[in-house]
Amino acid sequence: MTQHFKILKSNQPGYWLSLLLFTLLIVAGYGAAHYMETQGHWVSGMNNQIVWGLPHVFAIFLILAASGAINVASLSSVFSKQGYKPWARMSALLAICLLIGGLLVLVLDLGRPERLIVAMTYYNFKSIFAWNIFLYTGFIFVVVLYLWTMFEHSMNKYTQNAGLLAFVWRFVLTSGTGSIFGFLVARQFFDAAMMVPIFIVLSLVLGTSVFILVSLTVTRWDQTTISEETIFSLVRLLGIFIAAELFLVAVFHLTNLYATEHHGVERFILMDGGRYTRLFWLGQIVVGGMIPLGLIFLTRYGNKTVGAVVVSMLALAGSFSQLYVTIIGGQAYPLVLFPGKDVSSSFFDGVVAHYSPSMPELLLGLGGFGLSLMLLVIVMRVLPFLPDIRAVQIKS
Amino acid sequence: MQVTIKSKVNSKRRKLLAGAAAAAGLSSGFQLIELALAKSDDEVASSLKRWGLLIDTEKCASDCDACVSGCNSEHNLDGFDRPETDAQWIRKIELTDQQTGHVSSLPMLCQHCENPPCVDVCPTGASFKRDDGIVLVDKHICIGCRYCVMACPYKARSFIHESLHDQKSYSPRGKGTVESCTLCVHRIDKDQAPACVEACNTQGNGAMLFGDLKDEGSDIAKKIKASSSRQVRADLGLNTGVRYQNL
Repeated sequence: MTQHFKILKSNQPGYWLSLLLFTLLIVAGYGAAHYMETQGHWVSGMNNQIVWGLPHVFAIFLILAASGAINVASLSSVFSKQGYKPWARMSALLAICLLIGGLLVLVLDLGRPERLIVAMTYYNFKSIFAWNIFLYTGFIFVVVLYLWTMFEHSMNKYTQNAGLLAFVWRFVLTSGTGSIFGFLVARQFFDAAMMVPIFIVLSLVLGTSVFILVSLTVTRWDQTTISEETIFSLVRLLGIFIAAELFLVAVFHLTNLYATEHHGVERFILMDGGRYTRLFWLGQIVVGGMIPLGLIFLTRYGNKTVGAVVVSMLALAGSFSQLYVTIIGGQAYPLVLFPGKDVSSSFFDGVVAHYSPSMPELLLGLGGFGLSLMLLVIVMRVLPFLPDIRAVQIKS
Repeated sequence: MQVTIKSKVNSKRRKLLAGAAAAAGLSSGFQLIELALAKSDDEVASSLKRWGLLIDTEKCASDCDACVSGCNSEHNLDGFDRPETDAQWIRKIELTDQQTGHVSSLPMLCQHCENPPCVDVCPTGASFKRDDGIVLVDKHICIGCRYCVMACPYKARSFIHESLHDQKSYSPRGKGTVESCTLCVHRIDKDQAPACVEACNTQGNGAMLFGDLKDEGSDIAKKIKASSSRQVRADLGLNTGVRYQNL
């Protein structure tokens, strides 16, 4: 049975409204970046204490989602799960689009975004950031190659090998992203090798959730369908990823709690951190962990399409909370320069750093989302990425 | 970058001259060695030196901020009255021991580490260390990613959040880039002490001692050999160029 593919076509109001929304988000995101660049970053909520803010949460959210979104293609090519094969193309495309959106947010938040060419020509290979530049661009190259083997009939015999390369690359890429934080020896909440597996599993949670939502949306627009079996097996897989993430987060915190030197930062995140503590327990653990896990494994809700949508959205909200707590909460806790001493200074030593996300930061982050999804729709409009289920049904 | 390249060339030339001087030294005394080690106009940094500071916290008074004023005036660091985003190259920290209640005060600035985390993480190499141990930022290739600010254990770096005016020609700064204490490299290259040290000596209590840590005859080298001093976050193994006494 040959799988046919078609381009995305839709005249539904939801489709056109979504395109309008994506366009508005892109324009707003660009406007916000331009405003922050011309005025300087003082107009954002970021400061010399919280140097990475909401744009970085959005960017890493998208980058992790990108490396996780290709999981569906990997299941097909590497683990030979035939049910996912029709969706391998869109899975790979989604990965590229999400990565481009995330990278653009990162680049536009730079103090000197016009110096991108400098970042591409001057390298310090001891920096994990410099390695990530290769890992991100290399990932796009590898996935394009992978897509070529899927599109070009004569190259189909190489799809499995290309899929394996993309699978390995995505793990290295997410390890690189986790290492950005894991290698920060000075910060109490970072500086942990656990950041790598935590980021890898988080990427699987994010990528699977985004794929479920995107595949259900595009099939609705196109008035085609994705098999319930595919969606529900992905939801069960999402449940396993969420459980694994909860386990890794528990290990991370318990390990920290064992060492007295980390009691301060753990107390801050788990008990006294205000917004960060609420986001950790309510956002990350309850909304992003316990509720979706309960829905998937304790009720029959996970076996309904609406259940798949709800579970995926909860997982995305929980993952966003986790990144916010990790990236911003980790910076908000003061650096410990003199253990055993209370410190104060004009530069906010010894106090929890203040941070209020600003509108330009939010718009820049949302602009990355808009760009990712717009790119996806445009490419799917011109190239056959969508499985032609009706053609399969007619033939069979 | 030009500085490091030049200093590497100078370093090779110096070694060659030093070698020649050593060979000739037997017959002509130490005159040639002195000539080889003398600093020429185009010679900027030498790995034969390592500049450092020794700060005596007992002499550093809580109500004195002469070092901070000296630095701000030297580099024109006047901010925009926005403490969260204004740059601070040096700041006074007040410490209170949680067990004993003992209060002390000290200036905190870039510690000019031998193994600086800011240099390790910088993707473009804009953060760099001169041969004489001074850690600097090349403002021409800094892309403003702020990874070095995240990596610095001493909170010594500032990101420039808005446009600056009336900059000093010897201390270029720029919106969207990161900066920190330069140890007044422009003064050191003219055989002068950093502005903070000068201010501490003239208006403060003489708590800061500047000098070449590698020169066994220097006051700073003698003092750290004779009495106890410590590095902040010595556990990180960064071998800081700034050391503290009586902390």
